[in-house]
Amino acid sequence: MDKATRGILLDPLHEKNPITLQVLGICSALAVTTKLETAFVMSAALTFVLVCSNTTISLLRNKIPGSIRIITQLAIIASLVIVADQVLKAFLFDTSKALSVFVGLIITNCIVMGRAEAFAMANPPMASALDGFANSMGYSVVLIYVALFRELLGSGKVLGSPVFASVSDGGWYVPNGLMVLSPGAFFLIGILIWIQRSMTPTLQEAD
Amino acid sequence: MDLINLALKAIFVENIALAFFLGMCSFLAVSKKVDTAMGLGLAVVFVLTVVTPLNALINNYILKDGALAWALGEEKAAGYDLSFLAFITFIATIAAAVQIVEMSIDKFAPALYSALGVFLPLIAVNCAILGSSLFMVEREYTVMQSTVFGFGSGVGFWLAIVALAAIRERLKYSNVPPGLRGLGITFMITGLMAMGFMIFGGIQL
Repeated sequence: MDKATRGILLDPLHEKNPITLQVLGICSALAVTTKLETAFVMSAALTFVLVCSNTTISLLRNKIPGSIRIITQLAIIASLVIVADQVLKAFLFDTSKALSVFVGLIITNCIVMGRAEAFAMANPPMASALDGFANSMGYSVVLIYVALFRELLGSGKVLGSPVFASVSDGGWYVPNGLMVLSPGAFFLIGILIWIQRSMTPTLQEAD
Repeated sequence: MDLINLALKAIFVENIALAFFLGMCSFLAVSKKVDTAMGLGLAVVFVLTVVTPLNALINNYILKDGALAWALGEEKAAGYDLSFLAFITFIATIAAAVQIVEMSIDKFAPALYSALGVFLPLIAVNCAILGSSLFMVEREYTVMQSTVFGFGSGVGFWLAIVALAAIRERLKYSNVPPGLRGLGITFMITGLMAMGFMIFGGIQL
């Protein structure tokens, strides 16, 4: 694997993580992470959309006129999201209900638009597909971290099976309701950013 | 009375930024100064109030199962369910509406136009806009209700982003641990603000 490819694959996991450093795609990262299962499904849906949209846009990059590129990209992304949404509705109906509007919101998920603009418009299809995959992985890692802690601390379960026996089932763990609500997600991502930037001081912001 | 209740709920109890995390990207990126936050917030209020009822009209009279009854007659329309096209139609409406709003503001209120600047076109890809259209479909609001809901969500976003910007301006004078500076501390503050907004939970008027 040459250096450029390795950079494309590994940078989004840590040094250029889409959520904690590029500040892209935060909405869904916070909203669908009350349970690990929805986080997995959301990550899969985003990976599908991002890899396909990056490849398609990269294939068409020399044909898309600059002045209408945003709406062209949106049309491609929206079509892919419709496919993902219909597949979820057909095969994973309950999870798709739990994800509510957030599958549709992949359209305006800044990661997809951001990578299309920043990478796919300027690079060949193969590299764009890799970039899409790597960025989805960077997104998924954060999503799964947040969802794991929110489900574990918020209801004492992991993937629906109890790990800490909760008080209501006769155990010892008092579920922390804050984790299930929105502030919990903000604090968890804040802590993740803190840890990541303390370990790699070059990522710290000046002000 | 129901409509006032709906508006207050959209502004405080179910604040679109702090409870549903919509529009987070611009919420975090454009909240460094109160002036710019104010501009973006007002633009969002404006666009949401225009676009949500527009999408409600499209949804109720074209896309919903059997919604074409006014054009085709009850029997024929029963076979048409275009709701799977909702995403692409809504995003097209939003992009077009933002463009029209931009041009008309430029024509009739040049001062406001220059104040809003680059934020106006960027609103097309703000998830708060698409999000409230999708919530409108999910909760089956009428056109009137969705106007109020759109306005309320916009005001909620405006309130949250201006408050965050004000806090961040004061933050310049505090000594934040290096790893938390910038994005990290912003997340923590937003979390605290979300907790603050939770006190409105369960209020019924």
